[in-house]
This record gives sequence, structure tokens and C-alpha cells, in this order.
Amino acid sequence: MSQDIFVLVEHLRGGVADISFVMLAAARTLAQTSGGHVVAVLLGKDAQKLAANLAADKVLYADHAALTEFTSEAWQLTLAKLIEEQSPRAMLFGHTTIGADVAGVLSAKLSLPLVSSCVNFTSDGKFVSQTCGGKIMAEGELPSPTALVTMIPGGYKAEQGQVAQAPMIESFAPPALDNLRVALKKYVEPEAGDVDIAKESFLISVGRGIQNKDNIELADELAAATGGTVCASRPVVDQGWLPTSRLVGKSGKRVKPKIYLALGISGAPEHVEGMGESDVIVAVNTDPNAPIFNVAKYGATLDLLDLVPRLTEKVKQAKGG
Amino acid sequence: MKIAVPIKFVPDLVEELSIDASGAALDTSWLRLIINEFDDHAIEQAILLKERGGAEVTVICAEGDGVDDILFTAAAKGADRLVKLTGADANTMNSHAAARVLADLFKEIQPDLILTGVQAHNDLDGSIGPLLAEYLGMPYVGYVAGVTAASGSVVIRKEYPGGIIAEMDVILPAVLGIQAAEQPPRYVAYSKINQVSKTVKIEERAVAGLDSNGGATVSRMFQPEPAQRAEIIDGSPEEVADRMVGIFKELGVL
Repeated sequence: MSQDIFVLVEHLRGGVADISFVMLAAARTLAQTSGGHVVAVLLGKDAQKLAANLAADKVLYADHAALTEFTSEAWQLTLAKLIEEQSPRAMLFGHTTIGADVAGVLSAKLSLPLVSSCVNFTSDGKFVSQTCGGKIMAEGELPSPTALVTMIPGGYKAEQGQVAQAPMIESFAPPALDNLRVALKKYVEPEAGDVDIAKESFLISVGRGIQNKDNIELADELAAATGGTVCASRPVVDQGWLPTSRLVGKSGKRVKPKIYLALGISGAPEHVEGMGESDVIVAVNTDPNAPIFNVAKYGATLDLLDLVPRLTEKVKQAKGG
Repeated sequence: MKIAVPIKFVPDLVEELSIDASGAALDTSWLRLIINEFDDHAIEQAILLKERGGAEVTVICAEGDGVDDILFTAAAKGADRLVKLTGADANTMNSHAAARVLADLFKEIQPDLILTGVQAHNDLDGSIGPLLAEYLGMPYVGYVAGVTAASGSVVIRKEYPGGIIAEMDVILPAVLGIQAAEQPPRYVAYSKINQVSKTVKIEERAVAGLDSNGGATVSRMFQPEPAQRAEIIDGSPEEVADRMVGIFKELGVL
């Protein structure tokens, strides 16, 4: 049993994901309370170079062909062995397509407590998690002996978890990784050809509040008038009303436009992850308690169906006159 | 192929949420509960697999207001078996407890494939998928947005940020956390649900002795206190539109 805080370094096709640096910053806060070290855990094949700017006291590295790219089974087997041997005070995972796939499995396998959707740790070491789509925060003591925590961005800046000097790397042996039941076949690139919303400076984003496919036209007309581009949150893309290439959020694009007009979007953490760094966010939502108003600079609590046609007209007038 | 789809109900976020007198939990007395939307996608994906290659689909949910309707809706879409867990308060059952209960049930049903929503917005101790997989000794893959059945395995499409998809082979039996079905959850007419409710039976399964170990204890719940809340533009749609045009001009995007 140690007081160290472990962080799973997430990487995809040779690049370290930002959430890894965010977690290293969080781990530093927690290590100050626990009195332990910050330890980055890196799994891969010939991947030592990915450790170059991790702000950790040391890096524990496992090298194996089966760990080259993320697959839930090979990674969780390796992490289970490590956690059992080292018993850190906590291990942080991204609440992501990588981290959330393994944290729960490890909780069940090792009978260790799991805390989900943590945004930050308090100065006395409590976890603060988002729940109910960001509408409610939940705080509590970090459970013992080893807390497994999945983290969402927002509480720390990625730069806080980066350093210029490469940390010390210590290798550890993965378990036998034979007879695996999950295998990566290939990556498929997003369909090319559509506009790249990550490069646009004026985004008009529609969410559930748009209500039906026909109403997308209202956003299209506003986009035509302003010279902006239409994008969307998850429910709209899942309904097939806009293509996946227009999806903003955790599994879509991360965008940083000059202006992000959020129409009928509640602002769930998965969406904010993709647009929270926009220069100016203007939100329209009938629910005054929608979390989107916590990240927006300007807001209006009108029905977007009443507002958007008028806004389009006013924009046309302003441009014409 | 036997497919099982455990679903859960969650607070409807359209409603106002409040915190109870303890200060550490949601006030559930007026809470409106709806199906977790990712679970709705899991049902759809199961039905799609059944239509393409044949399957027996079982949908499972803990009892509560509106649960019978959702189960009958699943049957109207094509689910074969409906199971309701009784004696467990869904509001107090965390994911670890639910996963243990479901694991016991699935040891009997022996599904080849378990599809469940990749997450629910109130999973403070993680989602049930990976827990369930480990309790059953099955592999787990989450954030899945497409499943194709093969012989003894499935090929899944797993979503990564930036629209990248990973194609993976997963040997059955397995648990998948569904992010989105290959098509939006289908609509079924109320008349059809009503008809199904007269012919399909909901099997009840009593649950006793929940084991919630594995979660964290919440000592305080609160509404987020943002550093800066949006400046709300009041007025009629006309007035709000005028002000927004002003903002667009100030920012130099018009």
C-alpha cells in the first residue's frame, strides 16, 4: 500500500490525449494531500517517447505488442497486475472511450471502489463529480484502499500536466497476454468531403431543442445569412438529422470558434468537452437551469423556434443595411 | 443467438432537480424517471441484430413507474422476453449492486451477447456494462456504435474522439456498452404497444439483499457554482434577436 497517485496515460495512434495531462495535474493536487508521488502508467509497444512531457515523478512502462494500441482486455489485464502489486492510493482514468472501458472492469475484478465523472479534487482530497448531465455536483471522501477514479475535463488545464524535462521511466512486466478475446482490426477515418467544423469561426449548433428534422432548415437559413456553419450535439446526429462529421463533443470534433451559438443544447459534460474553449458561447435554451448557461457568455431562455427565424431576418437586415 | 439488454431508468433532466434534506442525495419524491437514452439505443441494436440474423432478445429492468410501458414498447419493437426485477428500489441501487443482481440472472439465461447503454447520467460508481462483464468473466467493449454478428464473435465499431472508428473483433459471450445504434431507436404506435401488452407477459424476478459495495459515499450534493454565469438577455424574440446581432457585430463575425 502506497500513497502514490497513478495516472493511466491515454494515447491513440502515437499521440497522447489531452485528458492524460489534465489527470496528471489533478494527481499533483491529490498527491500533495496523500503525501505520495505522481506516477504515470504508460502501456504500449516502443512507446517510451510518449513519456517525454508527462508531469510525473516517474513513469511505469509496460512494453508488449498486445498493448500497442488500446484494447480493453489487454490493457485491463496489465493494469490489474500492476495495481495489485503496487496498491496506489488512487488511480485516475479518463472518463473516455479508453478509461471508462477498463476502470469498471478493474473495480469488479479487484473489488476496489470506483468514482465516476470526477472534475476535481478539493484541497483536503475529496472528489467532486458531475452527475445528472452536469446539473448536480457530488462530493465525498476518496474511498479506500485504492480509489479508481474516472475523470472528465474542466477542473485542470492540460498545460499544468506537461513539463519540458522527460521523467524517469521504470519498466514493468505485463502478465501473459495470450488468448485475448478483443482484437483491434483497423481504424476507420471519418468520411472526408464534408466541411471541417473544427476550422470554422462561426458555428451554429443545434441540440435536442430543435425537435425534428424539418427544423434543421431554420439553422441552415441562419447559417446562410451569417456565413456560419451548422453543427450539432449527439441527439441530433443519433437521429440522423445531421451527419457525424458535424458532431461536436466527446466522440465528435473539438471546436474552438470565435462564436458558438448553442441552440436547444443542454450542455451535458460530453458536449461541453468539445466546445467549452470557444471564444464566445451564446446559448438559447428554455430551461434556465441548463448547464450550458454555466459556460456561455450570453444566454436567452426563449424557444429557439421563436427566436431563430427573427434572428435570421435581423442578420439579413444588418448585412443589407 | 441469445441477446440480453439490461436497461435502467434515470431522472428526466428536463425537470428541475432538487437535493433532499440530507444534502447528499437527489430528492426523489417528485422525480420523473425515463429510460436511459443509451439503453434505448441498446434495445434498437438488439432488434437490428435479430432482424438481420435471428436472435432471442430479452429486456430486463428494475420495477418502477413507467417500466411496464417501456418493456411492452420493447416487445412491440421485437423483444421476445421481458423481465422485471422486483423488490429492489431502482433509486437506491447503484451500478455495482445492479451488476451483481444482473450477473446472477445472466448465469441462468446464459446470453451470448449483452448490450447495455454505455453510460447513464447518474452513474456515480461507473456504468453497469464493465462491472457486469467482469462478474460474468466476459470481455467488455464500450462506446460501440455498430455491431455485426459473425460466427462465435461480433465485429464492433468503437468510437474515438474526432470521428475515428476502431473496428474490433470480440469473441462471444461478451458485454458491449452501446453509444448509439446503427439507426435511431424506432417509433412504435401506441396501439401496437397496447396490443402487445395483452399478449406478452412480463416475468417477475424477486431481488433480495443488494450488495452496493464498490461505490463511493457522497457526503454533499450541490448545484454547480460557475465562475461566471451567462448574462441572460431578456425580452421578446425581437429584442433578443436585436441584441444578438449586436453581439455578432461586436465580435466581428458579421
